[in-house]
Amino acid sequence: MSDLAIETSGLVKVFGDNRAVDGLDLAVPAGAVYGVLGPNGAGKTTAVRMLATLLRPDGGQARVFGHDVVREADAVRGRVSLTGQYASVDEDLTGMENLVLLGRLLGHRKAAAADRARELLEAFGLTDAADRQVKNYSGGMRRRIDIAASILNTPDLLFLDEPTTGLDPRSRNQVWDIVRIVVAHGTTVLLTTQYLEEADRLASRIAVIDHGKVIAEGTPGQLKSSIGAGSVHVRLRDPHRRPEAERLLAEALGAPVYIDADPVALTARIIGNGRDEAAAEQASRALMELSRAGIVVDDFSLGQPSLDEVFLALTDKPAA
Amino acid sequence: MTTTETYTPVAETVGAVLSRQSRPPRPSAWSASLTFGWRAMLKIKHVPEQLFDVTAFPIMMTLMFTYLFGGALAGSPSQYIQFVLPGIMVSSVVMITMYTGVEVNKDIERGVFDRFRSLPMWRPAPMVGYLLGDAFRYTMASTVILVVGLILGFRPPGGVVGVVAGIALLVGFSFAFSWVWTMFGLLLRSEKSVMGVSMLVLFPLTFLSNVYVDPSTMPGWLQAFVNVNPITHLVSAVRSLMGGTTDSGEIAWVLIAAAVCIAIFGTLTMRLYNRK
Repeated sequence: MSDLAIETSGLVKVFGDNRAVDGLDLAVPAGAVYGVLGPNGAGKTTAVRMLATLLRPDGGQARVFGHDVVREADAVRGRVSLTGQYASVDEDLTGMENLVLLGRLLGHRKAAAADRARELLEAFGLTDAADRQVKNYSGGMRRRIDIAASILNTPDLLFLDEPTTGLDPRSRNQVWDIVRIVVAHGTTVLLTTQYLEEADRLASRIAVIDHGKVIAEGTPGQLKSSIGAGSVHVRLRDPHRRPEAERLLAEALGAPVYIDADPVALTARIIGNGRDEAAAEQASRALMELSRAGIVVDDFSLGQPSLDEVFLALTDKPAA
Repeated sequence: MTTTETYTPVAETVGAVLSRQSRPPRPSAWSASLTFGWRAMLKIKHVPEQLFDVTAFPIMMTLMFTYLFGGALAGSPSQYIQFVLPGIMVSSVVMITMYTGVEVNKDIERGVFDRFRSLPMWRPAPMVGYLLGDAFRYTMASTVILVVGLILGFRPPGGVVGVVAGIALLVGFSFAFSWVWTMFGLLLRSEKSVMGVSMLVLFPLTFLSNVYVDPSTMPGWLQAFVNVNPITHLVSAVRSLMGGTTDSGEIAWVLIAAAVCIAIFGTLTMRLYNRK
């Protein structure tokens, strides 16, 4: 036994020619949110499906609370719960029926299953929709009924596979709030996401994965300082002056500058220059250099580091 | 809508449902399977159109074959129906079994399957549940055909006992035979391909049998196939029960075929289910 919720070493899953997960090493401490960040096709869902005993690994090892996911799959299933990318409840059934169904499958007697279902619907603000078929729920409601189904028997480890993909900002905030409450009550959460912001807000540690491997791991702070504080995006009036602007920005910021498809646009990364200077301050100094050289800037914006930039920094190529 | 859309998770209420009360012991294999059977019933309640294939389709089959072939093959529709009704019942119900595979496939596509597979319970329960729901559908189709038959003049010499025993044998065999479709439902990629394969298997199996005509009128090579076709044996057994001339040899053949189906296709289904 260990105090790790998840421990994998050299985990591999191959689909035909595609090594979806290719030697994944993870160590997820219990009791917190662990973020797995990566673009589409990085192997996040495949990894989660293996950890939730839904998919058999082709190589390597994975343990959940010390139980091997292949040899002791049943023990793992007793302690984990999964919320997939698509709401995995039965669309044809009502919210109430779905929760009673799961309650019964988890061993609750009829009356207890119904009580539990009502409690959960109430807590997730779905009482009014209890008797509607799930296919008529909004995106946010579907995600909530799905999370409610996942905590019917409060799990020790909850897998949330891209829980906010496709949700509007309000529903996304609701899911974030729920995740925080769930973790505060002692459940470990493994969250996969494509959004750096989401991992940053929820996770205490993040693994960045690409092509089925971990390419960086650490706290959000460590990751951000390794990739820089953000980026400045600039639009010039005169496209002919772009090469000059590119050189000036690169000098001022001491970081690579990327040429956009738009002939007047440039994006420069702002990296920590060791002088503990705020990103905005560095950016404004760089813009001043442009104006001193007589280059007219029509528009500029200062961006948080995006997933794209994480990937630019870590692999020197944009997120696929 | 307003109340659900303006929902704000409250730490106290959500926290309260997270209290780690002791988890109940896992349900028995039978209880889990029954719960899945209950789910199948709920789906019928919400999507009653899916009962078309166990009501309208069998009525159509019975009327069509009785009046289409009756005069030519047996002198009159009312004479032909004494011969053909048990056969039509068998072929209609066996045709309907293919929807099992379609349902399995739909659940996989919608993701609800992953939820079931991640639960700590008896592994075959979801599959057995589908089939319990289907057994209900098979019974319904048989009853519909029986009622239509009775109206058209079907008078089974086997009486109530013979008819009920015939239907029970048919439903039991179909339950076992459906494991072929749960396997294809897991194996094939889309609903459409499941349908396609089902048709490919079911059409020859039901038509190249003794359902519609006496095999002694067929060429020898065809008779050879018809005589090993399990549907032929099932039809003979059901006919014998309803006709009051119980043929225990045929019944034994059917029961053994059913057991073999479960042993082979049940095992393959569970292998695929665990490895998917």
